[in-house]
Amino acid sequence: MHIPDGFLSTPVWGTLDLVSAPAVAWVARRAQRDTQDHRIPLLGVMGAFVFAAQMINFPVGPGTSGHLVGGALLAIVLGPAAASLVMVAILALQALIFQDGGVLALGANVFNMALAGVAAGYLPYRLWEGASRSGAIFAAGAFSVITSACLALGQLMISGVPMAGGVLWASLALFLASALMEGAITVAAVRAIERLNPAWIGGPRPASSRALAAVAMTALVMVVVGTLVASAAPDGIQRLTEQGLAADWSQRTVGGVAGLGLIVALCYLGGKLISRRRSA
Amino acid sequence: MHHLVIDRWSRGSSPLHQRDPRAKLAALLVFLIALSTTPPAAQAAFVAYAILLIVAANLARLPIRGLAGRAALVLPFSATFALLTWWSGDSLRALGLAEKSFLSGMAALLLVGTTPLTGWTAALESWHAPRMLILVIQFVYRYLFVIAEQAQRMRWAALSRRGSRKRSRRVSFQFSAAAGLVGVLFARSWQRADGIYHAMLARGFRGRFVPAAPPPFQTSDALFFSACLAGCLAIRLLL
Amino acid sequence: MPRHPPAPVSQAIQIRGLRYRYPDGTQALNGIDFHLDAGESVALFGANGSGKTTFVLHLNGLLRGEGSIEICGLPLADETLEQIRSKVGVVFQDSDEQLFMPTVLEDVAFGPLNLGLSPADALTRARTVLKRVGMAHALDRAPYHLSAGEKKRVAIAGVLAMDPEILVLDEPTTFLDPPTRRDLVTLLRSLPQSKVVVTHDANLARTLTTRAVFFDQGQITGEGDVIEVIQRFHWEYS
Repeated sequence: MHIPDGFLSTPVWGTLDLVSAPAVAWVARRAQRDTQDHRIPLLGVMGAFVFAAQMINFPVGPGTSGHLVGGALLAIVLGPAAASLVMVAILALQALIFQDGGVLALGANVFNMALAGVAAGYLPYRLWEGASRSGAIFAAGAFSVITSACLALGQLMISGVPMAGGVLWASLALFLASALMEGAITVAAVRAIERLNPAWIGGPRPASSRALAAVAMTALVMVVVGTLVASAAPDGIQRLTEQGLAADWSQRTVGGVAGLGLIVALCYLGGKLISRRRSA
Repeated sequence: MHHLVIDRWSRGSSPLHQRDPRAKLAALLVFLIALSTTPPAAQAAFVAYAILLIVAANLARLPIRGLAGRAALVLPFSATFALLTWWSGDSLRALGLAEKSFLSGMAALLLVGTTPLTGWTAALESWHAPRMLILVIQFVYRYLFVIAEQAQRMRWAALSRRGSRKRSRRVSFQFSAAAGLVGVLFARSWQRADGIYHAMLARGFRGRFVPAAPPPFQTSDALFFSACLAGCLAIRLLL
Repeated sequence: MPRHPPAPVSQAIQIRGLRYRYPDGTQALNGIDFHLDAGESVALFGANGSGKTTFVLHLNGLLRGEGSIEICGLPLADETLEQIRSKVGVVFQDSDEQLFMPTVLEDVAFGPLNLGLSPADALTRARTVLKRVGMAHALDRAPYHLSAGEKKRVAIAGVLAMDPEILVLDEPTTFLDPPTRRDLVTLLRSLPQSKVVVTHDANLARTLTTRAVFFDQGQITGEGDVIEVIQRFHWEYS
């Protein structure tokens, strides 16, 4: 779900632009570090591939079909940092050239799909690949889509776009259905690719530990749940932002950044602690 | 195809085309921020924003109708949510949502319709966007339609071989056939990336793209940006 | 005395005993001896999969097999790789893979920039070469919008901009309609470089080259005057 401009309230898009910009810089540095030269054209071509693969319809029942979203597939093939970068490139092109998603809302869309969505499409694969490969890939696809969709929905509701109870449940059901579909499509696509050349799947093995991945996964779930909980009481926020109080605006932006930063920092420290204890 | 039109537009030679991409990108951001923070009750302001865009489109010698048609691509999404808002009794806000998303889309189109991809990526780069990201954007755009056409040809080939037997109508069969298509498309893309890398090495690539220097920022660019800033501020604060 | 005496400078390419095995175990080249005089043009014939393209990828060190390769008197090695890549210009079969930069001008300037020219000099050289191949009108166009013939001309310009002494052309006229093909052949004939032309097309070989070698299963099984080789191997469509 690409959010266009005009839907998010200023504190929401402002916060997410402020969070996403340094995150993208970090991801780009990491991708550059893990990437040999020959992967620069590969990243670009894989971005174009995801665009094109979305044209291929997967029938799921009489009269209905879905298509690949691709965040999890990219993460599994290229590794998380490179996959994030490719998704950012795709989102930027969609926003400017294809009118799919807004320019001010680019930070939000990048956060939902390129950062959280790719992380959610990588962590389950990394955590459970050993237990059941197909299960892990399915979970990666499904979790990736549901994460992006729930974050977008939460941000819209925090911004004051009203969702009556029925509509809310209907959207959540829809998200669940598309998440299951993405899981199934990702599994089928990965199998088809592996049949042609097993070396293509696997990507670079990261140095980070599984414990760190588990903590990151917890953080991600917390961010998603937190966004949904915060959006459950949007009316007060909406009224405040519409009055355009400068103090309130900056307070909320700072609060938002600080909150996100706190979650990330806590999880990072926790992860370091666990991995140090393991290796000791 | 959609992007062919935008590419053709962006190669024009109007006064707006000649402005520095950095000035245009900054003006776009100012416009979007002003628009986004305008309360839905200020309907006169929305009319003024629309007039501003129409003037700019005229200056750029771009067809208003074509611009509006492409900006309308956002409407299915925004209409859905506008409808929900309208349902909940806030019709003014609903109107505001649709107007804001439509005008924002139009403004973004004005940027890409007067600035080739290399222009706005160079602007982003001069503002310290990561070089790696810029390269990936350029490569995605370069191969987007090459690979999409390949996908299209493969779909046609698959459809023309689809029999009428019961087996081929089964959903599970078609599902795995679609997965097979994705697999082959992936394989072709991967091989294409290898081919591109060979071609790069053959022309002396040594791991670093050498950037070309951007043209200097001129007084006329500064004037253009100031005019946009003044216009947006006036609309936002006075109407 | 060394086993292989150094080639005289008038030899553009001198190859002895070249072998290459792909990582999957396929023996693609099995003892190739090949030479090309300065200013000479030679056609490479052979069935699909006979090793022609693999051979061509060795000429500028994209693949490295066993055996000795000398380009314009320089032995191919890690230290000479950059020099050799500027001497051997390869025009690949798929122009879409060759033209990867966002605009025609930038694409042609890519090679000179890698050679260390200043951006201004690289652009000047790119403009000159584009004029030479008749594409001066398309400097700011995106490669995607060009016709197949135009793409091929730009790809050739991109290679000429590196000022090579040898041109390697892999199936230069496939996918071109007859008039476009004719114009391209005229252009290629006017270029003074030594040429290695990989092709299935006997007509093209007759117009562009004087000598031909025939590849079969990774070996050169026939060599001689181009017309004589075409007749010996029945290498024509009808």
